Amino acid sequence: MNSGASGTLLEVRELTKVYTSGYLKTTHVVGCQDVSFLLDRGEIVTLLGESGSGKTTVANVVLRLFKPTSGEVILDGKDNFSYPPREYYARVQQIFQDPYGSFNYFYRVDRVLHKAIAFRKQRFSTGDRKQRILEALDIVGLNASEVLGRYPHQLSGGQLQRILMARVLLLEPQLVIADEPTSMIDASSRAGILNHLLGLRERGIAMLFITHDVGQAAYVADRAVVMDTGRVIEQGPADKVLFAPEHTYTQKLLADVPKLHEKWDLSTDHEPTAVPADSQG
Amino acid sequence: MVIQMNGQPLVVVEGLKGHYVGMFGVVHGVDGVSLTIEEGEGVGLVGESGCGKSTLAQLVTGVTGPMLHYQEGTVQVDGYNVYDIPEETLRTEVLCKRLSYIPQAAMDSLNPVKRITGLLQDVVKERTGRRPTSDEIRRTAGDHFESLGLSRGVLDLYPHELSGGMKQRVVVAISTLWNPKILVVDEPTSALDVSSQKMLIKTLAMLRDRAMVKSMLFITHDIPVARQICESLAVMYCGQLVEVGPVEGVLDAPQHPYTQGLLASIASYEPQQGGQQWLESIPGRPPDMREPPPGCRFHPRCASAEARCAVEEPTEARLADGRSLRCWRYMGGL
Repeated sequence: MNSGASGTLLEVRELTKVYTSGYLKTTHVVGCQDVSFLLDRGEIVTLLGESGSGKTTVANVVLRLFKPTSGEVILDGKDNFSYPPREYYARVQQIFQDPYGSFNYFYRVDRVLHKAIAFRKQRFSTGDRKQRILEALDIVGLNASEVLGRYPHQLSGGQLQRILMARVLLLEPQLVIADEPTSMIDASSRAGILNHLLGLRERGIAMLFITHDVGQAAYVADRAVVMDTGRVIEQGPADKVLFAPEHTYTQKLLADVPKLHEKWDLSTDHEPTAVPADSQG
Repeated sequence: MVIQMNGQPLVVVEGLKGHYVGMFGVVHGVDGVSLTIEEGEGVGLVGESGCGKSTLAQLVTGVTGPMLHYQEGTVQVDGYNVYDIPEETLRTEVLCKRLSYIPQAAMDSLNPVKRITGLLQDVVKERTGRRPTSDEIRRTAGDHFESLGLSRGVLDLYPHELSGGMKQRVVVAISTLWNPKILVVDEPTSALDVSSQKMLIKTLAMLRDRAMVKSMLFITHDIPVARQICESLAVMYCGQLVEVGPVEGVLDAPQHPYTQGLLASIASYEPQQGGQQWLESIPGRPPDMREPPPGCRFHPRCASAEARCAVEEPTEARLADGRSLRCWRYMGGL
């Protein structure tokens, strides 16, 4: 087992999840199939794929929301379902897509931060708790006087998402699963969220960043895992996978991303040739 | 792409204002917008959510909703002043012949219990008063669908048999059956994956390539998408257009502080530039449009705001490349 700054933190080994539904007429849908990848301590790995590619299925198994059909998820040398729940969630936390749906609207936003501190094994004095909350809010770029004591509906999506990041900071997990954390945020605030996610990495927190947005993946990730229809298509260092992909699926995916400073040739009927033409072309 | 801009304005919007009235108060969705769309021009309307893009589109069509009210200003569509003609003329001359509007999430409005042919029969009946047979529909609409790269067989399918991207392209095809001069399309790509998004962009480009549609007002929050099919870009903030001009000019050398901030905050994928630039988000949050800030609406979030920005509303400045700009920094020298 590795401990310290480097080494493998999470290993997803041949993970398969088949959803079954119906009792008399059972249908099977493959969520993901034979997914394997490694995630090192303090590193950001992006799971990149289009809708229905199985990204969220993988995340939900890692978060223990589903049991896998076969395969396993190994955290720090042990199967993730072998941990007692409390211990597991002290190590693995999540930031979800919808910040508006992550809060209870009857309570002030302070509550999630206090709950986060109470979740920890260590006990802190009242003054200490306050101090920690102020520090965490400061790190995610929030002004405590603007958010503390407010209710969720009084804050913007970007502020709520950053409060959830402050919550993660208070919990100090080893791994954060961020499932499309910016898709509900205004365009002008997205960059701030991404920068603060990079800030979590500076503090030694590893991250599984799930997105369909190639630009965001390229911005935050150290390594990239590209998925399609439940399978891993290509994985490796982000610079390589996202800028010099080998697999034709990745090449096509990247060619289909609209770019700000590059105009597609839309006049002809054949595929634009931003990637080397593959053999069928 | 051969697109001819012969300088004939097709849509002229001047001093347009519209607001929503409800229990929540009066929201000034569009507050003094002037915009010209020439024949053959594709205009991309971009901005953050809630800045009034869709409100502007709806006001341009002349059909205001239950809570949206037209306040003042004029909208000329191919010579028709949409707020100065009888409702029936608006319907028959403007909406049926000259302007097609595809609202947001239009793909969810396909009739779920009818095949596409059935829906088209209803559409044609509403338009001409006569209900065509499904064979007629297959013949006439089939040609149009094929010329947009959709197979004829799609006509005999039910909406649930189509993917999101296909549904959106079907909606685009239906809206352009009568070759409207201008197509107003609101966020057509936002719910789509990149590959279906590209197919749709190609379909829209094809429409103009084959002269089925002359001009387009394309509303999106995704600036790289607008870049692909528009010649001009209009950047909207808090109910007003802050920068309007040729798409290359605006994107390569943005002049308004809001445009600059917006472009610096997009994590776009740019393999040509060899990786990512550091991103910066715009401080603060979009203002409450019930009580827009006085003076320049962007001044509370603007790094280069001066004293006058907080009191006086900037007037329009013209740059050499035909760009129009609303910022005090450009009022003197240019």
